[in-house]
Amino acid sequence: MRNIFLFIGRYFNFLFFLVLQVVALSMLFRFNSFHQAIFMNASSGITGKLNEKYNGIEYYFRLKATNERLVKENELLHQMLIQNAGFVDSSRKLIIDTARIDSLKKIQKYRFMAAKVVGNTITLQNNFLTLQRGSAQGVRPNMGVVSPQGIAGTIVNVGTNYSVAMSLLHRQYKVVVKLKNSGDRGTIEWDGLSPFYVTLKDIPKSAKINKGDTVLTSETSSLFPSDIIVGTVNEIIDDKSSNFYTIKVKPATDFSNVEFVYIIDNTQFAEQKNLEDSTRKKFQ
Amino acid sequence: MSQLVKNIIRFALFILVQVFVLNKIPPLHRFITPYLYFLYILWLPFNLPRFWLTAIGFFFGLTLDYFMYTPGLHAAACTLIAYVRPFVVNMLLSQEGLEKNYASPSAVSMGWAPYATLVFVLTLLHHTYLVLLEWMSFGSFIYFLGKVLATTAVSLGLILVTELLFYRKEKFRTNTA
Repeated sequence: MRNIFLFIGRYFNFLFFLVLQVVALSMLFRFNSFHQAIFMNASSGITGKLNEKYNGIEYYFRLKATNERLVKENELLHQMLIQNAGFVDSSRKLIIDTARIDSLKKIQKYRFMAAKVVGNTITLQNNFLTLQRGSAQGVRPNMGVVSPQGIAGTIVNVGTNYSVAMSLLHRQYKVVVKLKNSGDRGTIEWDGLSPFYVTLKDIPKSAKINKGDTVLTSETSSLFPSDIIVGTVNEIIDDKSSNFYTIKVKPATDFSNVEFVYIIDNTQFAEQKNLEDSTRKKFQ
Repeated sequence: MSQLVKNIIRFALFILVQVFVLNKIPPLHRFITPYLYFLYILWLPFNLPRFWLTAIGFFFGLTLDYFMYTPGLHAAACTLIAYVRPFVVNMLLSQEGLEKNYASPSAVSMGWAPYATLVFVLTLLHHTYLVLLEWMSFGSFIYFLGKVLATTAVSLGLILVTELLFYRKEKFRTNTA
């Protein structure tokens, strides 16, 4: 027993170092949703405040660019208004259903909430956006996040007044998308290399695809309404060993200076998820 | 100003500069992330017991982790260099008992060449460990090597600029004083 104490006494510093390493590494590698929730709740209290203060200054310098982007978006929305559609001849009529309202039951499926980005990284392997909206304003995990230019991420953790969204530039992020022209569905991922490009996988080689094609959100994604822009095809890599293309997509969102985003609430998300989960359980 | 107060202010400043200045720099290349914050650990006084040095390294790294949402990543790397620092310092000191004459490592107290070696060794160690952990699941050796080297080069440049801008006056202390 005495020898054990002598051993600990002699190598105390080294053992202490090992303990700290183990603590740090287990924090890093066991970083699952439970730890994430604890860690981020603790951190968003202090760092959220600091980020907000800093963002107040940064925001001022970006007012012009932000304003321009919002004006552009407004212009786009004005063009979509039904009042603007003039019926020149009866054989060509313009049908735009912006409200997405079920004709039997008057439910708006997607609700949009504006939120300010108060924290944002793009240089790491796993990037997150901190937004100034939390559970008090009705945010919950698994809500889609879109910027005025295109999709940006998904809410993964929620505090009282802040929430953290996993950015498109996160190694674990996945979202189902489709090609605008052919309608072929694939998955967007990020390979962690460059914050200016994401990877589109699982597009069959039968699909006709060209550089510059638009990639939109798919109807099968339960987080996003369909036909929101994701990005444009930048490079098509023809992998000979596979039946699928690997495509480099330039995201529409400019992650380096995103200032405002919309959090999308799919009001029927819980119902859809429960149904799918119970079906999976039933046929396991 | 006492050593304690000075180091507490430094702690806050290094974290804030890293989070709100260096991490906000638009990405130049995928290999390059400008890191300067760990210079705080190199500047800690000589007479700090090894236990406290390691503990401070851990909490310093963890503080940065709270801002970056990477629990444990920077803490692990900072603990490592804080633990290794006394070994490297002892190896590099040209003269026995020098650490009693000066407060903390600097170009003045250690001499240019030993101090530069200290900075280089610990910077390389920090980045190697950090990038190793970060790219653990990735597995491409070229990226690992490229990122370590490029990030180390950028860090050394930043440290040089910092040392020149914030010249630390190190007073020679004798036993009689």
